[in-house]
Amino acid sequence: MVTVDAEIVKPENQVYCRPRSFTDFSTHYCPGCTHGVAHRLIAEVLDEMGVQEKTIGVAPVGCSVFAYNYFDVDFVEAAHGRAPAMATGIKRVLPDRVVFTYQGDGDLASIGMSEIMHAAGRGENITVIFINNAIYGMTGGQMAPTTLPGQKTTSSPLGRDVELQGYPLRMSEMIAKMDGAGYVVRRSLHDPANIRKAKKAIRTAFETQVRGLGFSMVELLSTCPTNWGISPVEALKWVEQNMVPVFPLGDFKVSSAVGDLRF
Amino acid sequence: MARQLIKGNEAMAEAAVRAGLEAYFGYPITPQSEILEHLSRRLPELGRAFVQAESEVAAINMVYGAACTGARVMSSSSSPGVSLMMEGISYIAGTEVPCVLINVMRGGPGLGNIAPAQGDYFQAVYGGGHGDYKVIALAPSTVQEAIDLTVLAFDLAEKYRSIVMILADGSLGQMMEPAELPELRPVVRKDWDWAVTGAIGRPRRILSSIYLEPHDEEVTNLRLLQRWFEIEQNEVRYKEYYLEDAEFVVVGFGTAGRVALSAVREARQMGLKVGLLRPVTVSPFPFAVLEQLSRRVQGFLVVEMNTGQMLNDVLLAVKGRAPVEFYGRPGGIVPFADDILTEIQRMVSSPLHVVSDPRKAWLERMLTVVR
Repeated sequence: MVTVDAEIVKPENQVYCRPRSFTDFSTHYCPGCTHGVAHRLIAEVLDEMGVQEKTIGVAPVGCSVFAYNYFDVDFVEAAHGRAPAMATGIKRVLPDRVVFTYQGDGDLASIGMSEIMHAAGRGENITVIFINNAIYGMTGGQMAPTTLPGQKTTSSPLGRDVELQGYPLRMSEMIAKMDGAGYVVRRSLHDPANIRKAKKAIRTAFETQVRGLGFSMVELLSTCPTNWGISPVEALKWVEQNMVPVFPLGDFKVSSAVGDLRF
Repeated sequence: MARQLIKGNEAMAEAAVRAGLEAYFGYPITPQSEILEHLSRRLPELGRAFVQAESEVAAINMVYGAACTGARVMSSSSSPGVSLMMEGISYIAGTEVPCVLINVMRGGPGLGNIAPAQGDYFQAVYGGGHGDYKVIALAPSTVQEAIDLTVLAFDLAEKYRSIVMILADGSLGQMMEPAELPELRPVVRKDWDWAVTGAIGRPRRILSSIYLEPHDEEVTNLRLLQRWFEIEQNEVRYKEYYLEDAEFVVVGFGTAGRVALSAVREARQMGLKVGLLRPVTVSPFPFAVLEQLSRRVQGFLVVEMNTGQMLNDVLLAVKGRAPVEFYGRPGGIVPFADDILTEIQRMVSSPLHVVSDPRKAWLERMLTVVR
């Protein structure tokens, strides 16, 4: 935990600090990318729940491949798309630990489709944070399974043609159909009000796991200004104007037990 | 414990339980499904973890996750399923976490068939997944040996933070033999200084196969090789039969080695000075003993249920010092002892030459009988 110098700011006046579940490490993310926001929300939730020491994270392949550098918790690094399988292995051996995966859209909705669907189907008691920015970031901006119709990427240079390249996949809606899923919602990180809602959802997802109420997932609509080729501010607007209509925000599965949670 | 009549697959599964197996992740595939079935009943009964995964890809990645916690974990499959596991195997090797895998080999390539074969020797011994790594591969030839090697596999995996693969075949998996199982060992969760278990009262740990800086990856590759040389130094295992005065040596592993032993015994009764070397660890391979033998014997006959894979390692050990002949039955056929005896008789009675690829002469002979 990095505390503010008491000579400059008295503790009673401190309103902001690095969460304990964060390491003192600058992230590698591009300016305007919302991965940093999502990371911070998770770290704040782990702090507030007091589960930092019990938590084991599973990092994906994609831009957040180095997520393990930023959280001060035990971490493993999965193969592309396999984070839910790896999390399953950990959780089954250590059922009292808090196990979460952090996955992007290529990782979760393309190469890891099988692993995520079956983890949800089994009602695997893990939490999945799903970052949907409609593009492959790390490999340089190729079409993702969540790329919007008409969206230009380096592998759909004329814009995604749904006749040839199909339609974006709505993962939360699909996973919500699973009996094993306890809590599946979509939030967005494009403005402060939505970020606050996202944090509440992340808290609910982890509470779902801690209480053994089944699979939980929070999909977060996120920005990729670098690969979208627009400024960070424009990117936030782009999420609201273009992504939200295709990926509507909302609660797609809240089991009755999760609905009754109070914390 | 008393000897009991037990099927190979069930014997390996139960041996793993008794060796302290804490979690199993697998997918059904013939001819190994009895391992999965046995553990689906046995592990929950003991309060341990069992998951039937959605695929071998998922199964090996569940093993990867569970192995990172330091628990004793395993999976099992047969040839096509093991191919699917290669991604995870490479990651597990790169992360240096221990696990046990069983491959009950069947005929291939492709979907092949469900009959016993040894066509996955190269895959097991030379890697199969990407990158520089080696796995320890143990080749049992009887149900009793399958039990003993399964128990040993867990100890070796932990000792070297390595993957240990039991390289069995369909006949061993399916056969019933009298065998003795070990006592049930209590599960002891060791406090490994590398395991990811939640950072309770200690600094956090990260387990990963990423070394983004080429220098770090090079250091890792060299460390893996150093450890491999240690394994080669300590863990080579093989069985010798009638080798003291042998003028000719048959070399075979697993089921092929077992059938070859019957042929060698018959040859001995006929007065032929023939012995058998049966590698138990095909990886690390018993190079040294073969090299010594090659300085005094008149010839070798390599017998495998494939088109000549371990043959390469025998040639590497013998280095042209003695002629090497080959006899193989690929595709799911188990050779008869009589067939091997015929090959032994041919070897001892006809002049032998050192040739670069003994498979060519074998193939010519095969094509006259197999069409």
